[in-house]
Amino acid sequence: MSLLFSGRTGNTKNRRVGFVQRVLMGVINHIRQALASLGELWRSPLATIMTIGVLGLSITLPSTLYLMVKNTENVTAGWENAGEISLYLQANTTAKQAQQLLSAVTAMNDKIDNARLISPDFALEEFEVLSGLGDSLAYLDANPLPYVLLITPKPEYLRPQAARRLLSELEQQSIVDFGKLDIEWLEKLYAIVSIAKDIVWIIAILLCVSVVLIIGNTIRLNILSQREAIAVMKLVGATDNFIRFPFLYTGFWYGILGGFLAWMLVAFLLWWIQSGVAKLAGLYQTTFTISGLDGTALGVILIISVALGLIGSLISVQKHIKEIEPS
Amino acid sequence: MIKFDQVSKTYPGGQQALQQVDFHIEPGEMAFLTGHSGAGKSTILKLTSLMERPSVGNVLINGHNLNDIKLSQVPYIRRDIGMIFQSHQLLMDKTVFDNVALPSVIEGYSRKQIQKRVSAALDMVGLLHKIHQLPLALSGGEQQRVGIARAIVNRPPLLLADEPTGNLDPKLSMEIMQLFEDFNQAGVCVFIATHDLGLIARMKYRTLTLKEGRMIDDGLAEADNPMMDLHDPNAAPVTKLPPKYTL
Repeated sequence: MSLLFSGRTGNTKNRRVGFVQRVLMGVINHIRQALASLGELWRSPLATIMTIGVLGLSITLPSTLYLMVKNTENVTAGWENAGEISLYLQANTTAKQAQQLLSAVTAMNDKIDNARLISPDFALEEFEVLSGLGDSLAYLDANPLPYVLLITPKPEYLRPQAARRLLSELEQQSIVDFGKLDIEWLEKLYAIVSIAKDIVWIIAILLCVSVVLIIGNTIRLNILSQREAIAVMKLVGATDNFIRFPFLYTGFWYGILGGFLAWMLVAFLLWWIQSGVAKLAGLYQTTFTISGLDGTALGVILIISVALGLIGSLISVQKHIKEIEPS
Repeated sequence: MIKFDQVSKTYPGGQQALQQVDFHIEPGEMAFLTGHSGAGKSTILKLTSLMERPSVGNVLINGHNLNDIKLSQVPYIRRDIGMIFQSHQLLMDKTVFDNVALPSVIEGYSRKQIQKRVSAALDMVGLLHKIHQLPLALSGGEQQRVGIARAIVNRPPLLLADEPTGNLDPKLSMEIMQLFEDFNQAGVCVFIATHDLGLIARMKYRTLTLKEGRMIDDGLAEADNPMMDLHDPNAAPVTKLPPKYTL
């Protein structure tokens, strides 16, 4: 394209290239530039490793936390239903009253599957065994534990809403002190998990911003160190885009390599944590493996890190390449 | 080809580099621009290559007013102008080939075409055998010729040179000037800023003289100078130049 000499480009045979060939040349040029940028990184390995390390570590932390939160959610997702309702009876309830309530509740067999009475003595015994407090409980003057009715609702009353309605109905009984759905502790856990999730997001956002700034600064230094070459390129008619692309590719490579590093680190950390988790699950007589580090996770990590690399380099390139002018 | 129309340039800080400069260089002409350091030679070349914009007045190339050129169009303007510098502005970490190829790469030629063009350009300046060397391994005169090869690799219709012989001995300077003459014979408009008055005297081309930012002599008054008539713009191209060299 010649703006000043209209006849100039038309005259040369060489410029009459087809559209397909032009597109092909463009693609080849981009591949060449991308590989050249990779080669440039290879030539200064220490600086490259440090930048990739920053990127990788910054993505590793939120990714690992995110996967752990996700796994906690997976564990609790199976417990969405209220398994049981515990009715704590008033302290002065007699064994007879408790038995009466038990038969009354069992009679509501349209709503209730099964009901079981736990006497204070039995409860204390169980507590002694489980808590390991053993002897110290012997110093108690009287058994402080109340009668407890453990009620298993029918499946249609297991959903949180229905279970809550059933609970308030049961609480109407005169000798009932209060009732508890075993869903409540789950809700508390959910609340904690959701706070943890917010914290993960905050950490992720802060680290991502810092990654963008670090990449931006690295690319800025790259640009400044090639100040003279850029001025020469501008002198012989290079457009800003032509000069820009190699630096954008550098940001892209930082992203790809940092993403892979992050993925490997996350895999390593999860493998490390896994043995602890397995031990914990063993205590609860279950097995549990941390999941989530699959192809999708790798894809997401790579997309995020490439995006961060590109954004960082784009900010720098936009600002600094315009500033360099031949003089 | 190059027309300055009442051009003044004041740099930020108030330094008046040019005052109402008026001149016109015809297509296919070869002309010198001379004057003391600070007289405004470089400013005229910078205004022509859009490295600076005039404060007042118009600069026209081939009838196009450069004031109408948008910032995004500047690179395309520079592709029509071959520029040669005293400091040759080569990329020292790239080979001679890469340096000369740069304008063709920017234009988006294919690998094969680039190779052909670079070879042709280096052949013209007589450096084809140094194609794979680094500029640092070359002498000053050779580096300057690499810069010239880069300026002509895309066969621009206009060549601008800023003190192209500044660091060279008289013999090398003469060789470089002969190269410019060859390009001019092929129809390229050549505009050279230099303070090497001895060289100008030997070359017998139109000479524009600047003094403190004013054009004190645009070289046309000497049109009846018999020496000027020796240069016939319609002379046949010298045989040294490959016939391929067309605009």
